[in-house]
Amino acid sequence: MTERIVAPDAVVPDGGGQAEQRVAVATQWQLMWWRFRKHKLAVGGTLVLVAFYVVSLFADFFAYVDPQASDAQRSLMAPQQIHWFDDGRFSPYVYALQGTRDPTTFKRVYVPDTSRKIPITLFGRGEPYAFLGFIPMDRHLFAVEGANAGETLFLLGTDMQGRDLWSRLMHATRTSMTIGLVSVALSLVLGVVLGGVSGYFGGIIDTVIQRIIEILRSIPTIPLWMGLAAALPSDWSVIQVYFAITIIISLIGWTELARVVRGRFISLKEEDFVMAAELVGCSKARIIFRHMVPSFVSHIIAATTLAIPAIIISETSLSFLGLGLRPPAISWGVLLQDAQNIQALVISPWLLIPSLAVIVAVLAFNFMGDGIRDAADPYL
Amino acid sequence: MVSYIVRRLLLAALTVLAISVLSFIIIHLPPGDYVTSYISSMSASGSAVSEGEAAALREQLGLDKPITVQYMKWMVLMMQGNFGMAMEWGRPVSDVIGDRLLLTVVISVAAIIFTWAIALPIGIYSAVYRYSFLDYVFTFVGFVGLAIPGFLLALIVMYVGFAWFGANVGGLFSPDYIEAEWSWAKVWDLTKHLPIPAVVLGVSGTAQLIRIMRSNLLDELRKPYVTTARARGLPEYRVILRYPVRVALNPFVSTIGYLLPYVVSGSIIVSLVLSLPTVGPLLLKALIAQDMFLAGTIVLLLGVLTVIGTFISDLLLMWVDPRIRLGRQ
Repeated sequence: MTERIVAPDAVVPDGGGQAEQRVAVATQWQLMWWRFRKHKLAVGGTLVLVAFYVVSLFADFFAYVDPQASDAQRSLMAPQQIHWFDDGRFSPYVYALQGTRDPTTFKRVYVPDTSRKIPITLFGRGEPYAFLGFIPMDRHLFAVEGANAGETLFLLGTDMQGRDLWSRLMHATRTSMTIGLVSVALSLVLGVVLGGVSGYFGGIIDTVIQRIIEILRSIPTIPLWMGLAAALPSDWSVIQVYFAITIIISLIGWTELARVVRGRFISLKEEDFVMAAELVGCSKARIIFRHMVPSFVSHIIAATTLAIPAIIISETSLSFLGLGLRPPAISWGVLLQDAQNIQALVISPWLLIPSLAVIVAVLAFNFMGDGIRDAADPYL
Repeated sequence: MVSYIVRRLLLAALTVLAISVLSFIIIHLPPGDYVTSYISSMSASGSAVSEGEAAALREQLGLDKPITVQYMKWMVLMMQGNFGMAMEWGRPVSDVIGDRLLLTVVISVAAIIFTWAIALPIGIYSAVYRYSFLDYVFTFVGFVGLAIPGFLLALIVMYVGFAWFGANVGGLFSPDYIEAEWSWAKVWDLTKHLPIPAVVLGVSGTAQLIRIMRSNLLDELRKPYVTTARARGLPEYRVILRYPVRVALNPFVSTIGYLLPYVVSGSIIVSLVLSLPTVGPLLLKALIAQDMFLAGTIVLLLGVLTVIGTFISDLLLMWVDPRIRLGRQ
């Protein structure tokens, strides 16, 4: 990526004098934004992430039933097929399902009852909830308004306890996507402080911190996390466990961020503008926060973005093992616990759907992070 | 060279120390001490522990002493190879762990060999034929490989094996060999079962290594000495393999240090899904049963093994990189 940057919307008929001028006066962030926009995968990843966080923010709106509502009569239903047109008119509906027990295998089987159509309404009324946590509301993205009691949708099927997988997935997205953010924020604080101290002061402090990082990086993390997570008291509330898990994950996850920050500090220390600032008598704090930090904020953002997927995978793995978040908390890992049993999985493969969310989210974070990194440092 | 080895050894010793402290913390985190949980687990299974026995146990483990003394005592016991009793099994920890530790090592090493065997040629290919169709394919596969956590890949492999081929692809041995004594036939059986776990474990590491190898080699290929070699009429394969690849190999080798903890870590959880007889399932069981002694011992042993592996990779790096071998940094 060593080609010249050209301001995007400038038409360049005669050597691009105007465009060149725009580049010359553009701020660092504008330049980054122009470079970032060219990175198609990164832009795509960003859009996907925006969608994921919109879902996290309005999970109750996207879910159409209570994710905890269980019903043994509806256990392990397959995803329902949506019929989009009714008599040539656009009016999506699903057939009601009739559950019976197979007389020979005793398995529950569900047959669509073609005489009963359940209409799906966009922005229909359903389960009441608190929008954004405090506004009472009962509108959902879609709902089965006017259906008989007990008749509802199963877009992605149900789990063993008959809970609706779509609604659970929406709430799980909220938990898993925010745990990444909270945990990365903690890692960031640790990483910036320790990495900054290490890089700026150098000498013995640097050596000590670097050895600590090396030691932490050579320990297999999952067994350690498992041990720490298993020691959490079992009577802790969902919120307490949530924060304990984020702390456990970030305690070990800060090392990569510290490494990046330290590297930046060391390379910037030698720059002329830092020397100039020192010569005109700037205080240490001013040099660090006014001159050095702004020039590597973008790198930190990139490193932070790239750290989130690892955290998401860690949480998912821990919860999958039953050592992370525990029911009634819902996260991707908790949902995937149901897929642990391979026989169950073969009979009801839709239990594996939450894994798609994990993969897409991690990919999107990686693409976006790569894009930011390339944009922040075109010479890498 | 000597100073390099000494430094690495010191770091390894420090790491082992850190791991032992962490394992010790894990053992002591839950409320109550080992003896109280031992008594409750014994009484749950019907056999009572007398006051005298409990006191003797406390004495032996030094539970009445301050925490630092307890730690020292525990370390001495560990060094003697006395890992204590596993409650749930009522057998010594070393018995319960048995072959599992060895199998963990075997699987981790197999995964790393796989990672290398795949990443090296693909990395070279991707760098030499940059922006070719296959380069894009490998980049894409690499990205996806990075994004799929090991346990998910294991689940998918199990699912495909079960649903499409009707075969259980989990396990490390055929049913006949599970209880059998070690023999060549058993080793051969193990070898036949190794590829699937090795691939599942190795994929994300492979994806990383391909990217590292590709970018390293790209940097080298731009340098003038490559042009010189070509201008001298060396055959293309020698131009690439003989010099730039050797230089690009250094950072590649040094990543083993990070790859190993990563693979060992992953093997724990992948083993659960693929039901491999490694220490992974044992660790989970111990943690769920709050048998912290067993769990702490496993964490410690895994850590120590990883440190040994990392040290070996440091020696390997020395062998590959003359700057280290000849004592210049």
